[in-house]
Amino acid sequence: MAIRRILIANRGEIAARIIRTCRRLEIETVLAASLADRDSVPARLADRVVCVGPARPTESYLNVSAVVHAALGTKSDAIHPGYGFLSERAALASLCETERVIFIGPTAAQIDAVGDKLRARAEAIAADVPVVPGGAIASAAQARQLAEEIGFPLLVKAVGGGGGRGMKRVERLQDLPAAVELASAEAGAAFGDARVYVERFVDRGRHVEVQILGDGRGGVIHLGERDCSVQRRYQKLIEETPAPGLSDRLRRELREAAVRFAERLTYRGAGTVEFLVDGERDAFYFLEMNARIQVEHPVTEAVTGIDLVAEQIAVAGGSGLRLQQSDIRLDGCAIECRVNAEDPANDFRPSPGQVREASWPAGAGIRVDTHIETGSRVPPFYDSLMAKIIAHAADRKAALGLLSTAIAATRIDGVSTNLSFQQEVLTSPEFQRGGVDTGFVGRLLDARRSEEATYQGLGAIYRG
Amino acid sequence: MSLTAAEVAEIVKLVEQSSFDELTLEIDGLKLSLRRNGAGSFAAASPALVPVLDPNIVTDEQNTVTASPNTVTATTNIVTPTPNIVTADPATHEVRSPLLGTFYRAPKPGAAPFVEVGTVVEEDTVVAIIEVMKLMNTVRAGVRGTVTEVLVSDGVLVEFDQSLMRVRKSG
Repeated sequence: MAIRRILIANRGEIAARIIRTCRRLEIETVLAASLADRDSVPARLADRVVCVGPARPTESYLNVSAVVHAALGTKSDAIHPGYGFLSERAALASLCETERVIFIGPTAAQIDAVGDKLRARAEAIAADVPVVPGGAIASAAQARQLAEEIGFPLLVKAVGGGGGRGMKRVERLQDLPAAVELASAEAGAAFGDARVYVERFVDRGRHVEVQILGDGRGGVIHLGERDCSVQRRYQKLIEETPAPGLSDRLRRELREAAVRFAERLTYRGAGTVEFLVDGERDAFYFLEMNARIQVEHPVTEAVTGIDLVAEQIAVAGGSGLRLQQSDIRLDGCAIECRVNAEDPANDFRPSPGQVREASWPAGAGIRVDTHIETGSRVPPFYDSLMAKIIAHAADRKAALGLLSTAIAATRIDGVSTNLSFQQEVLTSPEFQRGGVDTGFVGRLLDARRSEEATYQGLGAIYRG
Repeated sequence: MSLTAAEVAEIVKLVEQSSFDELTLEIDGLKLSLRRNGAGSFAAASPALVPVLDPNIVTDEQNTVTASPNTVTATTNIVTPTPNIVTADPATHEVRSPLLGTFYRAPKPGAAPFVEVGTVVEEDTVVAIIEVMKLMNTVRAGVRGTVTEVLVSDGVLVEFDQSLMRVRKSG
């Protein structure tokens, strides 16, 4: 079925980005916005805006029946959920299936399969994809036995969690029962699912993920990998493709494993298979699959020249995969920097408010995905992502230089941003060498804190 | 944080009844300044829409609202709840949709509408139904008065917070 009108159930930069592709494809857009976003840039770009609820996300962007009713009421053929919010709620995909609205994403069953982390682990094992040593916990005695097999430190994780939520690190056997109990209670409260499992904690692990596209009939291709190891408290800050410094064998095996996993699910649409890469052992393990478009998808688009949102729409509309693996060419290196309204000098506290001035960089090799312009507001109800700046060049060194220049040319006034910190990361020798692990940002911040403490100490001595 | 037109009107009323000449209220990045006797005007910090406290009051292009003597001046940079300029005529109450859904004036097809223009309503009088995915939600008048206008036709999609009816308050 040809999709002629899409309801976008999201906000911010991703809503603006989806609208851009729809315009190019001559597809009409209806933006389902909260009251707080009625005057946002995406609201202005969309052909029509409907207000689905108040600012509070649970009553607007997370309101499944309001979103589907809005799609039906505006005669939209399809719903694009973006990322976050309802994108990985099987309830939306399922209601769409009942109401015969096309859900631009995987089936409800596929969302369920990857949303349950234990089930996803089992699917990975069945697809011959390596997983981190670990497993489900049924009893205290069994937890103890499993922990002794795996060794310490280990992680207690929520079956219904993901993206770093619902995780506890345990160093010693005697701390395990308490950690399991706490993690289980928290998981029950946060995800409505108290089940937990344990996994070996991989020290100095890297986060590398593979972009895949599936036709929902068993055909799956990959579009290379992305390294997202620059994270603060599991929030990605900088992403790049290709992942620097992987052996040819590891890179090839990662990509093939991602394809095998998605093939096993007969996956439909765009998805990302996340892996933990153990650089010292030259090994990788399946972490989870994200059944949606990712924030960092533009780096893949930069090196492949493929519009992933357009491919999502094509697959959803029944065109199947328009590309074969041999059509995918990966050209050069792309790096993305997330610009967040938060204050690095104040423990990265969110900094909502009105943007007095916004001046974004432009030029060859630079792409900026944003919904922020001079006068825009960053409401306090949602995440603090203001923009993504993506630099694409022939090699990593050139892309880094380009991104650094672009950040220096960016001017944001009125709210605090993390740009100075991002610049610090980009210019640090460790990041410039490439292949940092997920502990890198934490160490950088610790080093800065101890440096500040030293200066303060010296100041006290001089004053004394 | 945002304020509805009704809430702004309520604040204005409180200031008018008080012994103060000026009120500045700041909540979570939202700033509301009120001044008695129209003793000057404040430029709004943003090009966002400005609530107009009386439909007869002049607005100029700088998004500044100047009230007539003996009322108040108000500028805010809040986002107004509807794309229309909000009217907060203190004698008129706007019944707004509590949800996005389909607007129905009658309990079932062919039945008489809950209210017509001229119907006298109490606070809890049901004036319409909003259907969301086959769930019916009642909308109540919210004030005592007389229905003066029905702004939406039967069976159409209404947005959250859209004005559905106007009621002239009584008593």
